[in-house]
Amino acid sequence: MAQKPVSQKPAPKPKARPRPARPVAKPAAKAAARPSRRPAPVEPAAPPIVKPPKATANELDLLKELSNAASVSGDEGAVRKIILDAIRPHVDEVNVDVMGNVLAIKRGPGRGERVLVAAHMDEVGFMVSGHDADGTLRIEIVGGVDDRVLLGKHVLVGAKRVPGVIGVAPVHLLNADRRSAVTKANQLRVDLGVESADAAKKLAKAGDRGVFATEFDVVGPSLRGKALDDRLGCATLVELLRGGPYGFDLHAAFTVQEEVGLRGAKVAGYAVDPVCAFVLDCTPAHDLPHSDEERENAQYNTRLGYGPAIYVADASTLHDARLVAYLQATAAGAGIPYQIQQPGGGGTDAGSIHRNRAGVPTVSLSVPGRYLHTPVSLVRAEDWRNSVKLMKLALEGWTTKILKR
Amino acid sequence: MKPLIKKLVETYGPSGHEDQIRDIVRAEIRNIPDYITVDPLGNLIAVIKKNSRSGKKVMLSAHLDEIGVMASHIDEHGFVRFANIGAVFPIHCVGGRVRFADGTLGVIGADVRRDDVSKVPALSDLFIDVGATSKADCPVKVGDAAGFYRPLEEQGHRLIAKSMDDRIGVAVLIETLKALKRTPHEVAFVFSVQEEVGLRGAGPAAFGVDAEIGIAVDVTLTGDTPNGYKMEVALGNGPAIKVRDSGMLADPRIKNLMVQRAQEAKIKSQLEVLLGGTTDAAAMQISRGGMPAGCLSIPTRYVHSPSEMVDFRDVQASVQLLLEILQKPIDL
Repeated sequence: MAQKPVSQKPAPKPKARPRPARPVAKPAAKAAARPSRRPAPVEPAAPPIVKPPKATANELDLLKELSNAASVSGDEGAVRKIILDAIRPHVDEVNVDVMGNVLAIKRGPGRGERVLVAAHMDEVGFMVSGHDADGTLRIEIVGGVDDRVLLGKHVLVGAKRVPGVIGVAPVHLLNADRRSAVTKANQLRVDLGVESADAAKKLAKAGDRGVFATEFDVVGPSLRGKALDDRLGCATLVELLRGGPYGFDLHAAFTVQEEVGLRGAKVAGYAVDPVCAFVLDCTPAHDLPHSDEERENAQYNTRLGYGPAIYVADASTLHDARLVAYLQATAAGAGIPYQIQQPGGGGTDAGSIHRNRAGVPTVSLSVPGRYLHTPVSLVRAEDWRNSVKLMKLALEGWTTKILKR
Repeated sequence: MKPLIKKLVETYGPSGHEDQIRDIVRAEIRNIPDYITVDPLGNLIAVIKKNSRSGKKVMLSAHLDEIGVMASHIDEHGFVRFANIGAVFPIHCVGGRVRFADGTLGVIGADVRRDDVSKVPALSDLFIDVGATSKADCPVKVGDAAGFYRPLEEQGHRLIAKSMDDRIGVAVLIETLKALKRTPHEVAFVFSVQEEVGLRGAGPAAFGVDAEIGIAVDVTLTGDTPNGYKMEVALGNGPAIKVRDSGMLADPRIKNLMVQRAQEAKIKSQLEVLLGGTTDAAAMQISRGGMPAGCLSIPTRYVHSPSEMVDFRDVQASVQLLLEILQKPIDL
């Protein structure tokens, strides 16, 4: 009875963790079909990994503007305005639907097949739910935010971006029990620095949304900012609209209310009624060691630096095998590194798009990001540029043949 | 019918990866319906067109997909960590066998040094051993899906296999399609995908088919095992006519129609109230503007284990009941 040789493995040192080797691009994906009856074709050697072109100042400026803008689910006006200004010169038609989705069409010379590419404009945050007599604001969380990341944070409230702080008890006065207790969101208060409810009401009304007050920045190989989920997807989609035209009609949907239940995408998907869909999002990278123990981190979802993440299965969608294979083949053929998002968790707009009408083959492609849904997220710029490059090539090479069974 | 059942239950086909099982079903029903089509998500739809003015448009649905597992991480020694596809119970996994699309077999093992050895392990404490020695020589990649692996056995009236849910329903639909001589109705036999992950195939299929009545054919639990569920459904008492499950209140008109047809044809049947679990019928009921929906259930013990057990007489009687329903008028 052979035991797993765990004790013989050299103990990895948590601090000086050696960087695992970058994956070599693999040629054409495993088809999820029955075993082939034909002899296996001789596969050409995979092209070497090629670094993507760096983002231009223009592209970084757009991302910075998007990341810094405040657009919590249901209140996406600020981001919508930036996007409308950015895309108008590059599209044939643009509309804002009743929910606030931006639906743009870039027609191509082909037969007018509709391919949908979606990215969501909204971010998680909070909403002012009431005023206390002492001038502080009561809040409700919008979207999935861990209660523990809220204490003591610098926030901006409302369209006027009124600065405030989420109050926290002073550490000097806390005993051990209180220090380790989790404060629930409904126990928190936002302090705007005023002394009465009347004064507070002049600055922020019930219903106003609030965001973390994080400034976007480039830090070495990384990008740091709030709401990179999914301003990165929005920035990518803007770049795709600046490119082309493609061999089909590109329907771009900048959706609303993804973070509260993929709601804008349901409506956008129905309106566009595409033949297939690509969803651009940002997905957690939980890739640092989970503890000091020797145990290997086998649940990281995605890893920074390993390229854009192609989804096979998340909690909301079983991504279409043909589109997954197409993205893999496109990446392999161009030396673009990629990873497969670990199946099981997470969700994207694909969840509601693929179940629309009589069904839509859909695949999601995400930039891996650490600390999503917290005040500061971190991504590798190269993973983002690789996702842009991959999507560009995927759209440039897309034909209906890809959907043939 | 038994060779067909054996072929169906033993075929690979976890949710999202139904190509192989769909091809087999398609070959079985070739040239029988008026037309066969595959919709955008992969549902197989076989239609018998209407030939009478009073006929209704009926959608029948049995799902092609089975529960399974999907590789989520290959460790440096070639062991495969995995996530579930559909409701997979860890208690049925340890020591079990799985098979990937290319035929690679694996054994499911558990971390022996885990937090509480006396408790049933969590899925994250389990791994698949395909006989690899390193990540490089492991034939399995992240994202590869596997179904459970267990051959069909027969004992007396009982058939035992993995994926009776819902390959037995698929078999019932195929046999019904083959035996159906005359029907006043337009009948869409839908072999649906992705039921186990949330009825994701049946909803869109129902939108496309746009029928007036929906009937699913799926398995249901039984109350006839020791210290078992408090259900009146038992193996050998005939097809179960669904009254309610956790996703649907069956349309009473459909339920009553099924009860009536069973009585007329002297088919022993039973009524089913299921506390946990649902079927494609729930998705059909609320598609578009809604439709009356019900379900013909095949009583099954040990559902979502590698040894699901049915009584073959119940299966045969289910085909008979479905034929009775389709061959006669449907007036709700």
